[in-house]
This record gives sequence, structure tokens and C-alpha cells, in this order.
Amino acid sequence: MSHPHITTAFDEELKYLTRRISEMGGLAEQMVADSVRALVNSDLALAQKVISDDAILDEAERQIGEKAIVTIAKRQPMAADLREIMGSIRIAADLERVGDLGKNTAKRVIAVAGSGIPRKLARGLEHLAELALVQLKEVLDVYASRSPEKAKSIRERDEEIDAIYTSLFRELLTYMMEDPRNITPCTHLLFCAKNIERIGDHATNIAETIYYMATGAQPQGERPKDDTTSTLGSVTD
Amino acid sequence: MSEAAVEKALDQKMNTVPLKMIGKDVSVYYGEKRALFDVNLDIRENTVTALIGPSGCGKSTFLRTLNRMNDTIENCRVTGRITLDEDDIYDSSIDVVELRARVGMVFQKPNPFPKSIYENVSYGPRIHGLARTKADFDEIVETSLQKAGLWNEVKDRLQEPGTGLSGGQQQRLCIARAVAVSPEVILMDEPCSALDPIATAKVEELIHELRANFTIVIVTHSMQQAARVSQRTAMFHLGNLVEENDTDKMFTNPDDQRTQDYIMGRFG
Repeated sequence: MSHPHITTAFDEELKYLTRRISEMGGLAEQMVADSVRALVNSDLALAQKVISDDAILDEAERQIGEKAIVTIAKRQPMAADLREIMGSIRIAADLERVGDLGKNTAKRVIAVAGSGIPRKLARGLEHLAELALVQLKEVLDVYASRSPEKAKSIRERDEEIDAIYTSLFRELLTYMMEDPRNITPCTHLLFCAKNIERIGDHATNIAETIYYMATGAQPQGERPKDDTTSTLGSVTD
Repeated sequence: MSEAAVEKALDQKMNTVPLKMIGKDVSVYYGEKRALFDVNLDIRENTVTALIGPSGCGKSTFLRTLNRMNDTIENCRVTGRITLDEDDIYDSSIDVVELRARVGMVFQKPNPFPKSIYENVSYGPRIHGLARTKADFDEIVETSLQKAGLWNEVKDRLQEPGTGLSGGQQQRLCIARAVAVSPEVILMDEPCSALDPIATAKVEELIHELRANFTIVIVTHSMQQAARVSQRTAMFHLGNLVEENDTDKMFTNPDDQRTQDYIMGRFG
């Protein structure tokens, strides 16, 4: 571990960034969990809460960005300090996007509510969300520990989320073909599934950022990809 | 060639640049006290090499071995080998005055001679016999002042004393004086520490331009300055060279923990 700075105020500024990122992470996690719960239970009040919480997350990102800019201007950070601050800006942006995705899911609760989501689909979405949330939680733990090895292993696990998303995609298409009245709710669910899948991507981005912050190098090799929906033409392919 | 193209060509050349000076197992003693411990550091041609490290780390001592400025210090002893091109600069056949014409120096505080601006620049060429006629001297003075970015500011008052210029102008005059004898290497010992930010920026811009024609070694306490002006950086600590690296690497992801702590301003 590095020694403290000669100017303690610099350490305080870095600690501030770390603390605010952790807070953002906690809130983003909560929003995603709530949005999926609201969706599955058609809980409009909870959905509304998620929508209003997003403003807090946006504000936090803005404050972190401002603090980072001021710190760079004042301290002219080098090496690990510079990577730390740049990393904070990137991670805050990823977490802000995670919040947006949760908010977007929450907005769709109204449209989907009352149309009766088949239990099986709801389970699928919940499972997808569980995985994304585990990923998010773990990446936030890694942020606290700054372990490059763990950051790397998270990055390699995004595959599972992609695979489930692909199977949900196929399933939703089946429902739509069965009965055109399903098209509206299923399209919303498809967006919700996509939102959750994107959260996994943001967690992966954060893992890569942490790896860079800790080592100064980009993680090597392609990210594993198992989201094949962009090439899916129909369920019969 | 455009400036960007020149820059690119210079960068590409970086990895294959010939070595202008080679320091091998260089140690320096001031009497009983050892100030440098077996330093091995190569200086690449047409490259700005920055020497950084805390006070007393040996960076200025190393710089001064490169043109034997340490010879002027009593009790100072240098061991190891330093070559300029192929020549061992500590060999008994080397004429120190000639060596210092090949390896010029600019100091921390601007130190123009108490003479006219013209005299300051023409002095070196005269003692080294680089020019004979008035026209030759005029040309050297003009081109040197131009290279030092000072010509337009002083061309109408060349006969005024150099000491009447501002601090930043005086330092650029000293650079013009160093450049006037067409050295191959220019050593700079904290050349901007007595200058304000604008004069500093002008000197840094000048260093950037001089790189095309000269090899530059600069000692600086400002990490930002080292990061801005150099392509290679060497970090000294307690008389040892702890790391030498590409500047871009050095200031984003150094290999040595001591470098890391020093450039980040942490307790070592």
C-alpha cells in the first residue's frame, strides 16, 4: 500500500471521491433491485420511488465530477493518484447509467402493470436481475479492495448474464408470435431485460476501470461475449 | 514538414535513437562522502532527458559529471566511465574547455556577463575561434538569439547590458550564449526555478524546439515540467539511479515504488 500524501488535504479529497462512489454504488444497486421488484409485483409506488431516486444519483455524479476537476487543477496528480481520479469519473458515469437503466425499467412498470406477466417470464427477469446485482455488488466490493485479480475475474463472468438475456429474448419472441396482444407488454419486458443486461456491461466496465486504476494497464484480451441477440432473426433460426 | 510530422518522426525515432552520451558505473565522491553510486545512464541523441529526485539525491551531481563541472570542486572525485559519442570525457587527452564547448550548460539563476547582449553571445565563439569577421559574429549572434527566441525582443538594443533584461529574458540570453558555440549537448540545471510561469513557458517551448538540433539533459524539481518537456526521465534517490523510463510511462505508471511515492508527493 502507498504512503499517505505529504499534504493531508489531498488524501482527504481522494477519500471523499471513494466515499461518494461507494454511496452511488449502494444507491444504484438499490434502484435496480427495486425496479425489478416493482416490475414483477406491479408496484407503482415503488416504481415512482426509483424514478425520483435517479435525481440523487445524477447529482452525486455531478458532484464527483466537479470534485475530481478541482482536485486535478489543485494537485496536478501523477501516476496512481491520477488514475484514481480519472477512474472515479468513469465509475461515477457508469453508476449514473446503471441508475438510468433502473429508472427506465421503473417507467415501464406502468405500461406492463395489469397485463399479467407470465410467471415464467417474471422468474427469468428476476434471475437475470439477480445475476446483474451480484455482479454489481461484487464489483463495488472490488472497488473497495482494489484487487486487480478479482476485477479481472468479474470481467470474465459477464458471459452468464448475456446467455440468460439471449434465452429471455427468444422466449419473449415466442409469446409475441403466440398472441399479438402480447406484443406491447413483451416489448416493454424486452427493453427491461436489455436494461438489466446493460447493467452487467456497466459492472464489467467498472471492473476494467478498477483494474486500470490498480495496475496502470488495460486488462488484456477480448471480453467474453455471449449476447447473440443482435444476429437473431427469428425463433426458428 | 509540419510540426506534427516532425514530432511524429522524432517519436518514431525514439526507440532507435543513437546514444549521445553513455554513463557507466559513475560514482562521485566529495572527499570521503560518496554522492553517487554506480550510476548507469545513457543519454539519447536529440532527446530531452529529465533528471528528477528529492534534494540531495545526486541528480545535479550527475548532470555536472557530464561536462566535468565537478572538476572545479575541490576534493571531488569521479570514477566510472562517461563517453560523448566514442570519446571518454575523463581521458587525460581531453581538453576540458573544448569538452564544455561540446557540452554546454545553463544554470539555475540566469548569469549573463556584465557586458552587452551582443558581447554575451559572441564571447564563446570568440574564445573558441569560431568566427573571424564582424559579419560572422553578427550572424552567430543573430541566429543564436533567434534559436533562443529572444531576437525580436532585443534586436534593437544589442549594445545594452545583458543584465538589464528581465529574468526570463536573461535566462534565454544564457541559452543563446550556450547555443552560440554550437554544442552537441546542453545541460540545464533547474533553468526555470527563478522564473515566473510565463517566462517558464517560453523556456519550455524553447527546450521543445532545441531538441531538434541538440541533445538536452535537464535537472528539475518540478515534476510537471519534467513531464512536459522530456521524452525520457531518470529518477535519483540517495545517490542511486532508481528508475529510467519513457516520460509518459514514468508519470502514469512508474515501475519503482520510490518513483511512485516521489512523483505523487507521498511520504517515502
